[in-house]
Amino acid sequence: MMTNKIWVYIDQFKGEAIPASWETIGAAQYLTEQYGGGVTAVVAGSQVQEIAKQAIQYGAEEVFYSEDSTFDEFRAEPYASLLSGLAKEHGPEVILFPTTSRGRELAAMVAVDLKTGLLPDVTALEVQDGNVVATRPVYAGKLLSKAVCSTRPQLITLRVRAFPTPDLDDSKTGNLTEVPAVMSEDDILTKVAGYTESSRGVSLNDAAVIVSGGRGVSNNPALNPPDGMDESQVEIWRAQEGFKLIGELAEALGAAVGASRAAVDAGYIPYDHQVGQTGKVVSPDLYIACGISGAIQHQAGMRTSKVIVAINKDPDAPIFRMARYGIVGDLYDVVPALTEAFRNRLSS
Amino acid sequence: MKIVVCVKQVPDTAAKVVVEDGQVTWGDAPLVINPWDEYAVETALLQQEAHGGDVTVISVGGEDAKEAVKHALAMGCDSAILISDPAFENADSLITSQVLAAAIEKMGDVDLAFFGRQAIDGDVGATAAQTARGLGWPAFTLVSAISGLDPDAGTIQVERSLEEGRQVVDGKLPAIVSVVKDIGEPRYPSFMGIRKASRAEIPIWSQADLSLEVANPAVTWPEITNPPKREIVTEILSGDSPKEIAETLVEKILEEQVL
Ligand SMILES: Cc1cc2nc3c(=O)[nH]c(=O)nc-3n(C[C@H](O)[C@H](O)[C@H](O)COP(=O)(O)OP(=O)(O)OC[C@H]3O[C@@H](n4cnc5c(N)ncnc54)[C@H](O)[C@@H]3O)c2cc1C
Ligand SMILES: Nc1ncnc2c1ncn2[C@@H]1O[C@H](COP(=O)(O)O)[C@@H](O)[C@H]1O
Repeated sequence: MMTNKIWVYIDQFKGEAIPASWETIGAAQYLTEQYGGGVTAVVAGSQVQEIAKQAIQYGAEEVFYSEDSTFDEFRAEPYASLLSGLAKEHGPEVILFPTTSRGRELAAMVAVDLKTGLLPDVTALEVQDGNVVATRPVYAGKLLSKAVCSTRPQLITLRVRAFPTPDLDDSKTGNLTEVPAVMSEDDILTKVAGYTESSRGVSLNDAAVIVSGGRGVSNNPALNPPDGMDESQVEIWRAQEGFKLIGELAEALGAAVGASRAAVDAGYIPYDHQVGQTGKVVSPDLYIACGISGAIQHQAGMRTSKVIVAINKDPDAPIFRMARYGIVGDLYDVVPALTEAFRNRLSS
Repeated sequence: MKIVVCVKQVPDTAAKVVVEDGQVTWGDAPLVINPWDEYAVETALLQQEAHGGDVTVISVGGEDAKEAVKHALAMGCDSAILISDPAFENADSLITSQVLAAAIEKMGDVDLAFFGRQAIDGDVGATAAQTARGLGWPAFTLVSAISGLDPDAGTIQVERSLEEGRQVVDGKLPAIVSVVKDIGEPRYPSFMGIRKASRAEIPIWSQADLSLEVANPAVTWPEITNPPKREIVTEILSGDSPKEIAETLVEKILEEQVL
């Protein structure tokens, strides 16, 4: 049995690895340059042998995998007990997790089990004097802090899309070790009664491109609402017409749809789509803000996007100050034209 | 039912937070209750309204954390406890969770403890799960709805909001619940509530009161800086028609190689 110092946790949903898990392997390989050894991956689920093999192809040298019906629907407790048990037995220096809801919760619980520190949502890593020095955005990205953990293992969750995905090499081989689950169903305090998948297409968290709409999306006086609606119904109807345009542009780009809080609060679109300090923090390669003024709380969720495009009627809207490209105009004119132009250009 | 809600005091979301001479400052911006925790208070009050009992708000922090606690009292919580000790000054989430767990145990017979999803200063998002793990209670995190609660049977059912959709989970009380925004808009403090809160005596518990001796925090923050200035040159695109402007933008985006 090997005793690698750098471990990663592979997050999966319904038997498919969350792509951000591979980013942890890339980051782990960087850490092995300092700590020596290879990368050990841990994955659990009802059927995860394929994922275990993929982890090897992405660069892990060894994988502990556990298949058990208690892992069928994610509950943090059995996963945490498994991972804590393995870590107690083998004593890794570092365990990296992707910052998904599952990864964050699991890391939090493992920290309690192992009486160690947790560095969540990290965007950069280096090693100094045997400690990982992690960079993490705090105050919604208004500041950057360095954080260090003096106990072992150092538990670190990595911000999704902050680290590159290593190349997949299907000629790679490594050790797969099956390990038993630690908790039995009777010991687990919660039962999953059901699951409703959300209908939305691309998830905001892993999207490389996001098209977002704000309050401006409902502002098309030229539209004639159907009879018999009251004022707030008319506003929502207008907004839904507007979000159709946003959705079409997103579709042309293979993008996810985002929204400002004003749009969510007004009932235009579900909260799952909200970007910002009290929504999701995203970091896509391209962020297109349509009818969004760019309040500080919205900026907090998207300021690290690589290229920002703003479409707004008001030339003084603060969003233009953070945009690489701006279009001053009515989104009802601009967005359909953009959809058309991208479709033409991307199909040719 | 005996309900607890855990709140943290943080700088207002609109504050311009910067580092000056190595110190984090937010100018004249007020310290407020963590916005996520207002949802937790709202949820606690709704459950009290439905099932009876009392709601105690607790916060770990310095004297100044009283404002957050008072906001929760003004919203309608029955009582408050401030947990303050120099030993907690640089607490990481593990230590905060140990302190909260000890306080919940000292209070005794707590059925439910509500948390916000994340504190907007440190953006850690771990304290609820860690408190549950420390207590050995089930953790229902990222809860968007409480679909069932039966205090007599000691059961709870929640809907959790995860990346891929909504998970319905059953469990037993006592439990820890962290809530997200879909749970329902927090109420505004009433005039009466504000008056009551301003007069409230808030007991302060120290480490000794909790029979606790916390270790030094494992996580330290050796450096905190302003993020590097992004040099953004904004190019406003113009043209004779939306079509022309759109085509210009498409070319620019293709040149950026972000697609
Ligand atoms: C505690 C707290 C937390 C918050 N968290 C968040 C958060 O997480 N995310 C978030 O987004 N906000 C958040 N906010 C709210 C934030 O302060 C703003 O109110 C919100 O972002 C405004 O949304 P908006 O830009 O869509 O609306 P507005 O500010 O009303 O802007 C609408 C814009 O659309 C433009 N417009 C109108 N019609 C058209 C048209 N036809 N074509 C083109 N442009 C048009 C207008 O010029 C305007 O700039 C938070 C606030 C608080 C207090
Ligand atoms: N110092 C504190 N006092 C009371 N509750 C806290 C404290 N810190 C965090 N919490 C609770 O834990 C939640 C998550 O915080 P965090 O893990 O720091 O992001 C918050 O929304 C609060 O409900």
